[in-house]
Amino acid sequence: MWEYTDKVKETFLHPKNVGEIENPDAVGEVGSIVCGDALKLYLKIDKDTNRIIDAKFQTFGCASAIASSSALTELIKGKTPDEALKVTNNDIAKFLGGLPREKMHCSVMGYEALEAAIANYRGEKPPEVEAGEIVCQCFGVTDQKIKRVVKENNLHTIEDVTNFTKAGGGCGSCVPDIEKILNEVWAGKVLAEAVAPKKKLTNIQKIAMIQEIIEREIRPLLQADGGDVELADVEGNKVIVSLRGMCTGCLMADVTIKNIEKKLKELVSEELIVEAE
Amino acid sequence: MRVVYLDNNATTRVADEVREAMLPYLSELYGNPSSMHTFGGQTHRKIEIAREQAAALINADPEEIIFTSCGTESDNTAVMSSLESVPHKKHIITTRVEHPAVLNFCKAMARRGYRATFLPVGKSGKLNLDELKTSITDDTAVISIMHANNESGVIFPVDEIAAFVSSKGVLFHTDAVQAVGKIAVDVKKLPVDMMSISGHKIHAPKGVGALYVRRGVRFSPYIIGGHQEKGRRAGTENVASIIGFGMACELAGKHLQEYTKVKELRDRLEKGLLQTCPDSRINGDIENRLPNTTNISFEYVEGEAILLRLNEYNICASSGSACTSGSLEPSHVLRSMGVPFTAIHGSVRFSLSVYNTNEDIDLVLKIMPEIIKELRELSPYGREVKEV
Repeated sequence: MWEYTDKVKETFLHPKNVGEIENPDAVGEVGSIVCGDALKLYLKIDKDTNRIIDAKFQTFGCASAIASSSALTELIKGKTPDEALKVTNNDIAKFLGGLPREKMHCSVMGYEALEAAIANYRGEKPPEVEAGEIVCQCFGVTDQKIKRVVKENNLHTIEDVTNFTKAGGGCGSCVPDIEKILNEVWAGKVLAEAVAPKKKLTNIQKIAMIQEIIEREIRPLLQADGGDVELADVEGNKVIVSLRGMCTGCLMADVTIKNIEKKLKELVSEELIVEAE
Repeated sequence: MRVVYLDNNATTRVADEVREAMLPYLSELYGNPSSMHTFGGQTHRKIEIAREQAAALINADPEEIIFTSCGTESDNTAVMSSLESVPHKKHIITTRVEHPAVLNFCKAMARRGYRATFLPVGKSGKLNLDELKTSITDDTAVISIMHANNESGVIFPVDEIAAFVSSKGVLFHTDAVQAVGKIAVDVKKLPVDMMSISGHKIHAPKGVGALYVRRGVRFSPYIIGGHQEKGRRAGTENVASIIGFGMACELAGKHLQEYTKVKELRDRLEKGLLQTCPDSRINGDIENRLPNTTNISFEYVEGEAILLRLNEYNICASSGSACTSGSLEPSHVLRSMGVPFTAIHGSVRFSLSVYNTNEDIDLVLKIMPEIIKELRELSPYGREVKEV
């Protein structure tokens, strides 16, 4: 049983703005019956005031998909298309008093339907259909979409990418690709931060960066194989780590240490040396 | 508000007689059955009575029953014990529609170097027996095939399978968690080597089960420690639950004939729903099915939404849709049966027990068409295409 807020339950049981609009000015359609949820959004936009005067939806999906759709229509009514586009998936979730993490993709679907509808109104192609390569074949999710959602929602784990986009939730064969995308998005950020102060790192900054890279980049990889690593100490440029779990006594421990060193050299400072405790 | 409980393949209510039988062992009679003193030792005698009751339900001998903590433990134990008793053989055969207790255990074994064959099923959930026969090799250690499926209710011909498998000298285990108590199961007529039973599916509490191991079959314990269960399952006995389980087995034997009544209720529910809800269909082989289960797909609507609407009337059922599975994947059973995704997402399983009444069915038949109609009005699918 999902832990839905009262607002989600109420909105699901009595959704607002259900149905079709005759002669709509814009239609946005996302999802498919095969994937398990789909949303068709209809907008009526006043030409003179450039405001959304009516919004209706039809949704195939679970309670949170229906509630998110209803919330979306309530949030965008009365706004101009530009104002409406500022509504994020988080605004939809907030409107509902929050959604279970596993159901965040329902709010993302709401945002996408809006984007698609406004693109349709402006005579453009829906933004994500044309751009990007399909990463998750099961749910037809592109790399562009994953990158955007990862950045907008500050996601750092594969599990959260699945929660927000469904990517990786099917056969799971794209999990390594999602991991790569996560690394690309965040390594870029860490790298950018690392390059900026260039060798002017204070000890505290250096340790903080090392800690962050170990947490974010290295531990998840080791944990996937039942191992783990902890930062024990930093003495000047010597980083002392202690291997845990399956890494303890592993024949490949030396290789693991070398790989950690390589990553830290690449992202923090060329001078770093890594040793096991 | 009254609860209309139609989710008995998930779990069942504890029968009043079962709870009464258990209560003394949750208060004053707290002794350890292994103790030398009379106070503890008297509980040992009660456990042996429970063993007789469980054995009687499936026509086994009491010493062929090992008490476990649940159906999953029984399943894991059976497969593991089989693999350990023939260490030179490295092949397991099972089906794609097994309960995760068998399916995921076999997958885990496959990662540890065993070879596992997962047999497909046909459209109505039937096994292709020829495919099973040809997949058996000299290397096959164990075959584990469920008696009845929890989601579709489809009953596999385990008697036929067991007879063939035993002629090949391969160990055969059946997960009979859903079958026992709903249909007659007699191990004197059914040549299985091992069989799993779960307490909470037959009105005993959660946390107790049993594994039947035919006399003469080599057995290797899964949980290792003390001498309990004659060294076949270590750990201090769950005394109260085992006593409750024994009582539940006795009741299940008595209630078996009432399943013709349960089947009538199920059939009335099923027919009524198919008549009043357009674009609905039954999933699974209706000829060979548990008398208490129906799995119906309502096209164009999603299962979780249906369940939450039913929930407003305190009607309990379950669904194979992705949103109810805890993952994003819809039911592996319905997918294996080739049920189209559109129908899986809108699948609802109703599973009855002897405690259900005509009023329960009346309420569902009254409410359900309305729910389906309302949800279809929300859905972009399933409406007539307007002329352009």
